Amino acid sequence: MAATAHLTLEEIRKGLSWRKQLDKAFTVLGLALLFCCLGILAILFFDLVRDGSSRFGWDFFTSFPSRKAENAGILSAAVGTMLIMVVTALVALPLGVAAAIYLEEYAPKNWFTGIIEINVTNLAGVPSIIYGLLALGLFVYQFNFGQSVLTAGLTLALLILPIVIVATRESLRAVPKAIREAAYGLGATRWEVTKDHVLPYSTGGILTGLILGLSRAIGETAPIITIGALSFIAFLPPSPVTGEFPFLNFEWLMSEFTAMPIQMFNWVSRPDQAFQANAAAAGAILLGMTLAMNAVAIWIRYRFRKKISW
Amino acid sequence: MNTISDTMTANKSRQAATMQGETSAQDSDTPSLSILMDDRKASRANAAKASAEKLNFWYGSNQALKNINLVIPEHQVSALIGPSGCGKSTFLRCFNRMHDLQADTKYEGAITLRPDNVNLVGPETDPIEVRMRIGMVFQKPNPFPKSVFENVAYGLRLRGVNGRTELAERVEKALRAAAIWDEVKDRLNESALALSGGQMQRVCIARALATDPEILLFDEPTSALDPIATAKIEELITELRSRVTILIVTHNMQQAARVSDFTAFMYLGELVEVDATSKIFTNPSKKATEDYITGRYG
Repeated sequence: MAATAHLTLEEIRKGLSWRKQLDKAFTVLGLALLFCCLGILAILFFDLVRDGSSRFGWDFFTSFPSRKAENAGILSAAVGTMLIMVVTALVALPLGVAAAIYLEEYAPKNWFTGIIEINVTNLAGVPSIIYGLLALGLFVYQFNFGQSVLTAGLTLALLILPIVIVATRESLRAVPKAIREAAYGLGATRWEVTKDHVLPYSTGGILTGLILGLSRAIGETAPIITIGALSFIAFLPPSPVTGEFPFLNFEWLMSEFTAMPIQMFNWVSRPDQAFQANAAAAGAILLGMTLAMNAVAIWIRYRFRKKISW
Repeated sequence: MNTISDTMTANKSRQAATMQGETSAQDSDTPSLSILMDDRKASRANAAKASAEKLNFWYGSNQALKNINLVIPEHQVSALIGPSGCGKSTFLRCFNRMHDLQADTKYEGAITLRPDNVNLVGPETDPIEVRMRIGMVFQKPNPFPKSVFENVAYGLRLRGVNGRTELAERVEKALRAAAIWDEVKDRLNESALALSGGQMQRVCIARALATDPEILLFDEPTSALDPIATAKIEELITELRSRVTILIVTHNMQQAARVSDFTAFMYLGELVEVDATSKIFTNPSKKATEDYITGRYG
């Protein structure tokens, strides 16, 4: 039986060369598809840059919207977007991290926890306009927050909460059992294990998740339109930092606002061709902001990976 | 000086007598060290640091430990050997209640810690309290991704030690006891992850020693290490017995023979035989033990 089983050298080489060609073919196919995706993004980006090239300049960043396309700028939209992102991050981070810690470290594994987990995942699939409707009813009318930076920030925080929770849970889970056992073995309580070890070691993954969530939120248009953001804002919200005691002021939270995607949407829907260039320029800047945030996320992940390797 | 040691001896033999009393109440064929200790010279007899009494343990509905009775003598190295899946690690992890981290586990019976007679596996005993008294060194070196200093200081910090000088002193003392001080004294603030495997494991031993545990558990501490690092750890274990009572699980029989004073052989969740290490490896009384140590299975 064994005597006839093995292949001749020739047969081995013939079979191997075919299998290696398949291997190569897959590499080529994979690369081709990858470049397709990257190519589309690149074309999109360069198209926006070309169309908007006439508008790039310092004035574009420092001007308020205007009826004249050549005078219009994104100052109020960019400031609005940044303030909304601050609120979103400040709300989504503690809520999302706390929820993830509870689900991952504390919750008993039973049907109730199971239902919560499934629904958190489902929340990520809810269309963003639904969040807008929820916010309109709850934040705008029920809580009387108005069509403000606060309402927009809270709405987008709800929107990215599932992303933050899932990312946080995953990075908590990545902390090896051996590390937890080491800490428990020294007599640590569950909270001490979480705050001294699990959380610090998963900071990289948590921040990455938050930034990816924010880069999704920054481009969201539907929910912000639903809560009634204005598209023509020719003033800035009150400054958060003031010269007088107590140096901080929270009036900006209740201020009306506009945001980058809304400004863009407004310009795109104008009949005047000159505004299309403004829209393209704003789009390129928005895309640039998103890519920059992703780059920061990658950098953070890299930094933490280098510091902690199991 | 004499009087003190006399009192201590007397004290120890009194404890040994108590143990014997307990043993005679149990089944006559229960393996127990106290029988053995009776044979030894009174001056060499060691007081029990802990004893498992009719210990049963379940993972869910699967009984992993069956009626274990074993005495752990103070300031000695006791080794647990046996084939994979025999329950030796499960038994070891009962001593610091590691199983409590997992859902659906159940203890029955007792592991009594002397001299204050706390039942380590009793439902009334707080597992965190147990872990503050009984240290553990794990199979794979598991330093925290922090500096060497912070690794060793962590247990002390948990116990409220925060003074800079006191921490520094106790960290140094622990690192010296773990025979790693000379290698890390200039890199205390570097990450423990930058050390070699053997060095990491000795830092983990220092981390466990820093809080002066009453028993130190070793769960196959050298199975991830090379022979030279293994030799260092083994030497360390034999030296440490003067400071702390040691219980070690190993699947390496030569290791048990080299480091331990007593060896217990486990099979299928039961304790088959326990005796002085030299006796187990030369003249075991049970057939199963002999088959295992001569390599007929395992």
